[in-house]
Amino acid sequence: MSSRRQGFAVLVVGAGPAGIAAACAAAEAGQETAVLDSSPWPGGQIWRGEEGGAGERDARCWMGRLKSSGARVFCGATAFAAPGPNRLLAETPAGVLDLGWRRLVIATGARELFLPFPGWTLPGVIGPGGLHAMAKEGWPVSGKRVVVAGSGPLLLAAAAGLKRLGARVALIAEQSPWRKVLRFGRGLLRHPRKLAQGLGLKARLLGVPYRCSCWPVRAEGADSVRRVALTNGRRSWTEGCDYLACAFHLEPNLEFPRLLGCAIEAGFVRVGQFQETTVENVWCAGEPTGIGGADCAVVEGAIAGLAAAGLRERARALFRARASWHDFRAALRDAFELRAELRQMSTADTLVCRCEDVPRRELEACESWTEAKLRTRCGMGACQGRVCGAGARFLFGWENESIRPPLFPVNLASLAREAGDCKTA
Amino acid sequence: MAEVVTISVNERPVSVPAGTVVAAALAWAGIGRFHRSVHGEWRGPLCGMGVCFECRVTINGQAHRRSCLTVCEPGMEVRTDE
Repeated sequence: MSSRRQGFAVLVVGAGPAGIAAACAAAEAGQETAVLDSSPWPGGQIWRGEEGGAGERDARCWMGRLKSSGARVFCGATAFAAPGPNRLLAETPAGVLDLGWRRLVIATGARELFLPFPGWTLPGVIGPGGLHAMAKEGWPVSGKRVVVAGSGPLLLAAAAGLKRLGARVALIAEQSPWRKVLRFGRGLLRHPRKLAQGLGLKARLLGVPYRCSCWPVRAEGADSVRRVALTNGRRSWTEGCDYLACAFHLEPNLEFPRLLGCAIEAGFVRVGQFQETTVENVWCAGEPTGIGGADCAVVEGAIAGLAAAGLRERARALFRARASWHDFRAALRDAFELRAELRQMSTADTLVCRCEDVPRRELEACESWTEAKLRTRCGMGACQGRVCGAGARFLFGWENESIRPPLFPVNLASLAREAGDCKTA
Repeated sequence: MAEVVTISVNERPVSVPAGTVVAAALAWAGIGRFHRSVHGEWRGPLCGMGVCFECRVTINGQAHRRSCLTVCEPGMEVRTDE
């Protein structure tokens, strides 16, 4: 791979719905545009491997548009450093990509939120979205018995997708109470597109029990998960399973915007009406600005891409559509708020940090995330706190604000390149 | 996805449809244990999207590759911590 720097007028980080919409808007406006993503294909998590799935039509439409937009697409490229102004380094299997930009759109999406409970480190305990995505890319689930647990509408989407691929979905356990989920369902009447999606999922999940106010107590098995104990707060019971697909909705990927110095407010990137961040020439769209789903991300991405291309009036025309999706976003937040009892899922022995095998007990002796890192190595492993950070925030209220490159573990050769460049910069 | 790709997993051949990610190929081979944690516990993929690093394996001699983000290529040599 050439290590020569390539410059772009508009660079988009993340090729999910928001990133693709932003890249299309900028490229179609004649801007020299590039978009990069760590996955082998564009589409983000939601449109990943989407053939015959619920989002197929959207995915196909946007992928086609991206292809003909003229935007350069770098896949398998993980952004890990921003060693100077208007510059970004990404690692690919073939070496380091050195990208220059004049305007930047951050569309880094979200990840599933994992909370610790006994047995959650057993092989076979996987995020519902993650298992579904891997199943679409060949992970065999046919005939497997799957318990889906946690929170959020993604549980339904993943369950329906897994069922379509031949999995036997034993149960969907949603931690939120019926009252809130029903209110959310009624609210979908104002979003016909989401209502249709919801009804479609419900039809595909006919015969699969959906229980509210229900969450896992522990996963059991020797080398991989075989059973999960669940509770509804009054009684507990056990379900046998080959996979426990469990996550507690989504959390935004904020490492990259934090690295660039974007202000974060109440857990999300602070943006203005054109999706501009607090850093000049940097915009942000989609889940990092609030968990609102793919439709919301597409509109925000288009606004950001148009604004980055200088087409503010065309961006303004999308404000109304965005406002409607922001209502949906608020409803989502209220409906799937995490119940306090989930803090009791983990015991003193439960590992919170899976990379460094740090149990809850050791963290209870600490006052802050920084102290926990220094004393226990919590968050210092390969995932750099991306998994346990959410658990620590939920359990102890700690914020992980410090961020430094490399954002991901990279090869020494890639790191040497960053260090060398910093010296000469 | 009619085309088939053969890789080696712990020195055993595994054939999967073209486009399959390495993590899925391991699952096809009946492998759920991908790597050992610092205290020796077996781990497998958690996030399936390149965040958690629990699916990391050695690919063509390069350690700590995320198998959920890597597509199988003919002749690829994959090793778990087995």
